[in-house]
Amino acid sequence: MMMDKVLFGDNQFFAVSHLSDEKSREQAIRFKDDSAIIRVLDQAREVGINTFMCTTHDRVSNICDYLRENPEKYRDFQIYPCMPYAHKYANAVTENGYLGTIRKYVPGSYLGTFAKGGIAYVRKDFIGLMEILVDAEMKMFKGINTPVIFIQNVIVDLILGLKMFEVFREYDFYIRKKYNAEPGYITMNMPAMYEALCSVGIENPIICSSINKIGFRMSGGKELYEKYLTEKTFRPIAMQVLAAGALYPQEAIEYLGKFPKIESVLFGASSKNHIRETKELIETYLGSGK
Amino acid sequence: MGKMGLSHAAIVNPHPSVDMVAVCDTSSLVLDVFRKFSKVNVYTDYTRMIEKENLNFIVIATPTRLHYPMAKFALEEGLHVFCEKPLCLNTNEGIELLRIAEQKKLINQVSYHNNFVGTFRELNRLLEVGIIGDLVHFTGEAYGSVITSDRGGTWRSDPKEGGGCLMDYASHVINLIQEIIGKPVSSKGSILKKIYSKEVDDAVYSLLVLQDGLTGNLSVNWCDASYRKMSTSLTIYGTKGKMICDATELKIFLDEANLKENLPKAWTMKYLTNLAIPVNFNLRGEEYSAQIDNFVDCVVNKKNTQINSFEQALYTDKVIEFIIADSKK
Repeated sequence: MMMDKVLFGDNQFFAVSHLSDEKSREQAIRFKDDSAIIRVLDQAREVGINTFMCTTHDRVSNICDYLRENPEKYRDFQIYPCMPYAHKYANAVTENGYLGTIRKYVPGSYLGTFAKGGIAYVRKDFIGLMEILVDAEMKMFKGINTPVIFIQNVIVDLILGLKMFEVFREYDFYIRKKYNAEPGYITMNMPAMYEALCSVGIENPIICSSINKIGFRMSGGKELYEKYLTEKTFRPIAMQVLAAGALYPQEAIEYLGKFPKIESVLFGASSKNHIRETKELIETYLGSGK
Repeated sequence: MGKMGLSHAAIVNPHPSVDMVAVCDTSSLVLDVFRKFSKVNVYTDYTRMIEKENLNFIVIATPTRLHYPMAKFALEEGLHVFCEKPLCLNTNEGIELLRIAEQKKLINQVSYHNNFVGTFRELNRLLEVGIIGDLVHFTGEAYGSVITSDRGGTWRSDPKEGGGCLMDYASHVINLIQEIIGKPVSSKGSILKKIYSKEVDDAVYSLLVLQDGLTGNLSVNWCDASYRKMSTSLTIYGTKGKMICDATELKIFLDEANLKENLPKAWTMKYLTNLAIPVNFNLRGEEYSAQIDNFVDCVVNKKNTQINSFEQALYTDKVIEFIIADSKK
């Protein structure tokens, strides 16, 4: 199944601006109520965007409640979850340590199930632990269509750097088996990630990475990325296409048009005009279609 | 290995000039992960690791208390050392480490990663060309939400381990001030405030006086839940304008245009997108890779680092010491 050409992101809702800490704070204030987020999602739907790619932030859970309460309205709407919301865990590790964090986030029933071994059991069953954490993150999406499920770049790139590629294979297997969904990978290191996935036998993976004209967050350099986008077999999603606002939309999207393999473009915006304009540009240079 | 240990390992490991052969940790949970998924050798005793493995350099990312004995042992065994910040719990320890490193001609670097952030580098450059005239005053700030309840249970809440906001958060700001604006030589009215923690400071407020008499405020708080992640900034006031800089943007206000720098009168914004250091592997930001790249480059080419040497980090420890002394007055 092809992904939609245009994916709507969530950074603008949760105070993530790669351009400006100050802008982040402004956004945090603007979107402090869930209704403000839903209003913008509805505006995106009105211009024909039906995929919301979002972090498993606590507040997304409220959005999911709203979607479930209005099934008719959101019949064609789908979510691509991106897990985990890393700051939640990072702060927990700083405050509670690894075991404390596992105790905090792993449901009691899991530790209870293995009461005999308890934490000792976790130590021998990291894959089981990964599955439990995936399930915990996915809980908020129950009843919502989630055809692609991503791991966030902080975790992907950590595993990639540590060269623990087997973990990707286990994740891939579990997402397909348990959720009947496609696994996706967000990374700041697309070429290295592609090679890592190949090395554990994952073919034609969905890889979401920064792709922009000025080479921002394209590790190893723009030329290397262009080579992979042209020569390798995978399903690229372009993100940070405006290089956090450093590029004008027209030139930014025109650049993407050089790479017909780009299956989808991920972007976030807060105004209906901006959403419509960006969508139209993407469709002009990359086509509209599934 | 905490967050920083894993992060450094994941950045060192894919570096084309480095072969990461071993990791050492006291957590069997962490070591089991390495045993199961990677090929590196695992140790629970760093002395044994250093003696058994044939190492060129070591990265130390432990609670601060352990920096001194570990770095000392590694240096004495002839290893180059990259160490987390701050360097040590007191300057006597740092002085000794520096002496051994210099005597044995070993590369030494400390993880003050802000000095590898593009915006702060540009701020530094613009100050060097005197863009805002004579400096009048500055503010150095850092805020974040590390401790948001009184349930703290890691080394960061233990003063003997080097916990506390001054050592952890404020050290970054002090180091930036020292490297970009100038070396503080004394402090006045320092307050180390507890908010949630029982034994360590959660906020640091101080008036710093630099060598040339320039003054500035230090304001750091790691209990501010309004921040999603650590936000570090410098605001510098001069006779010809001011600059406000954080890790994502540099805002410049000039009373008059500067033709040489192509900067107009009033506001100009410069963004990290155009200033970031290119890297081959990016985990959580270019700066973390760029500092390791710099260290490895120094090791390979046998040259001392110009950025974040033990000597520079030792100066930060010295400032921390006099802020503590001042706060007790």
